[in-house]
Amino acid sequence: MVLLSVNNLEVTFPLRTGTVTAIRDVSFELNQGERLGIVGESGAGKSVSAFAILSLISKPGYMSAGQIYFDGICLSDLSESAMQQIRGNRISMIFQDPMMTLNPVLTIGTQMVETILAHSKTKRADARAIAVEKLRAVQIPSAETRLKQYPHELSGGMRQRVVIAIALLTDPQLIIADEPTTALDVTIQAEILELLLHLCNEFNVGLILITHDLGVVSQVTQRMLVMYAGRVIEQGKTSSIIENPKHPYTQGLIAALPEMTTSGEKLNQIPGVMPTLQDIPSGCPFHNRCKFVQQICRTTVPELKAHDSRSVACHFPLEST
Amino acid sequence: MTERIQNSEKEVIVSTNNLYKHFNVSGGLLDQITFKNGKPSRKIEYVKALNGIDLTVQRGEVLCLVGESGCGKTTVGRTIMGLLSPSSGSITYRGKRIDNLSRRQILPYRQKMQMIFQNSYASLNPRKTVAATLLEPIRFHKPELSNNQHKEKVLEVMESVGVDAGWGARFPHEFSGGQRQRISIARALMVDPEFIVADEPISALDVSIQAQVLNLLSDAREQRGLTYLFITHDLSVVEHFGNRVAVMYLGKICELGATQQIFSTPQHPYTQALLSAIPKLGKVNYSHKKLKGEVPTAINLPSGCIFHNRCLHARDKCKSIVPELKETPSGVQIACHGVAENWF
Repeated sequence: MVLLSVNNLEVTFPLRTGTVTAIRDVSFELNQGERLGIVGESGAGKSVSAFAILSLISKPGYMSAGQIYFDGICLSDLSESAMQQIRGNRISMIFQDPMMTLNPVLTIGTQMVETILAHSKTKRADARAIAVEKLRAVQIPSAETRLKQYPHELSGGMRQRVVIAIALLTDPQLIIADEPTTALDVTIQAEILELLLHLCNEFNVGLILITHDLGVVSQVTQRMLVMYAGRVIEQGKTSSIIENPKHPYTQGLIAALPEMTTSGEKLNQIPGVMPTLQDIPSGCPFHNRCKFVQQICRTTVPELKAHDSRSVACHFPLEST
Repeated sequence: MTERIQNSEKEVIVSTNNLYKHFNVSGGLLDQITFKNGKPSRKIEYVKALNGIDLTVQRGEVLCLVGESGCGKTTVGRTIMGLLSPSSGSITYRGKRIDNLSRRQILPYRQKMQMIFQNSYASLNPRKTVAATLLEPIRFHKPELSNNQHKEKVLEVMESVGVDAGWGARFPHEFSGGQRQRISIARALMVDPEFIVADEPISALDVSIQAQVLNLLSDAREQRGLTYLFITHDLSVVEHFGNRVAVMYLGKICELGATQQIFSTPQHPYTQALLSAIPKLGKVNYSHKKLKGEVPTAINLPSGCIFHNRCLHARDKCKSIVPELKETPSGVQIACHGVAENWF
């Protein structure tokens, strides 16, 4: 069953120097309990896409086209108060830096109870019980004492577990995690990813995982989107994209990983940098970095077309190897 | 390339000897005084960042220093560069002790040793053009050269790191992260150093740009015969880029050896856990070696082996006796009682 469907999403920021379209033509679907990864470089539009779902685009930015349906409800038509019934309640969000997300002057318990009371008519004592239960679910030892602690008393990994516990408080159907492990060490990252995976399976929660780390995506998600300069350029099953990328950019990203080259040899690099949103080249946004570029790439924007159980936005998708 | 490294394998460029660095974090006198049973007592606390580091960097190699945040990697780099002074222990450069030199005496060594920082935005002066930033080190260290020679050198270095000559008149904020990191590398190369400490030079960059900067660093090394101390937390980069790797935990080295050997057969329990945690492409089956508990603070270090309270193999001996860094028959140095006595 489709839980979330995003159609032709476009987000525009009017600036003094002219309008900037941060993302355009972003479409994807997410089934109940499915895990989707969104990958791309900084500025590719990963976070903006996620913020648009929760209508959290900061002013003066706005959603200039497209529709978002969540469980049959059209989110783009909702009033702010109706949106509050969904945001943080049926869709939760986990941000990158837990120290920035948690309020430093409130105890963990206060923050958790506050969240529950804001979304449902629960007694304070019951809310505390739910908080303890969720802290146990994210494998935090001695949950009761943690409720009385402040964020600075916890380590980075523990803080991120608390953030995940808060996201779970209202039993959401969808969790959007924006680079949840980027600020953490590898050993802690491994634990948090395993926890997320386990929780999604246990509670049948959908997950949108935004990351720049292809290794993380390939371990946690079932399907993935690759974004470049505000567009989705490839979308499909994670394992098949990783094994067999069809867009030259995806292929370049994977080939550039150090583990893809024998040690001591030069890494495969993609020349140049991603264009800024103000000067996206005509035609395919990737054409000036692409080694397979043809004349048509410079003039016509390739559409996201189905191609062997996957969609690719390229005039000349790579053949399977 | 590899031949040259082998021929000069024994030539040590930089070495540290039992290096300690403790930071006093007890604050002012009033913060230090506490009252117990009506009697004042003074409490002085230290963050024990480095606890006996013995490292040798050999000419032409890339020695990678890895570990989690807070383990003291950056402190090692900064102490070697003289940006921090060690609490005890010594640092030598080509056999000469450099940690006790005066500001004037250390200048010739500063020329030979340069550093590249993680955040290129913070380490480039925002009010200086790129050309002015690059001119500064060479004017300072080589005042005997003429103005024109200085400028020629700037152009030569800019070209060698793939920086367009037209960039010279622009300011750091006009560039992307990858371009700024190129400029930082150019600045380090201006005075023809032999040894470069690169502190997380690519962690702030996007994946496609990381490869460009890593390739640039390895080109510079080949062309100029550089030696790197490469500080990073990204283990997949280490596997690709390093000749040798030193794994640090809480200010101590727990395993040190040839990169390939450590990545294929890690022996120290911490190294094993660290390496198994790397997210690898395509491996959906998720089974990393978990550690108990959390990293202790560097203020109250555990007794005995600093890793014992997280180690799955710890025995009584580990709680009381500090394991020494010993060379095993395979040529890897390991500080672990269990490995030395074949417990597992």
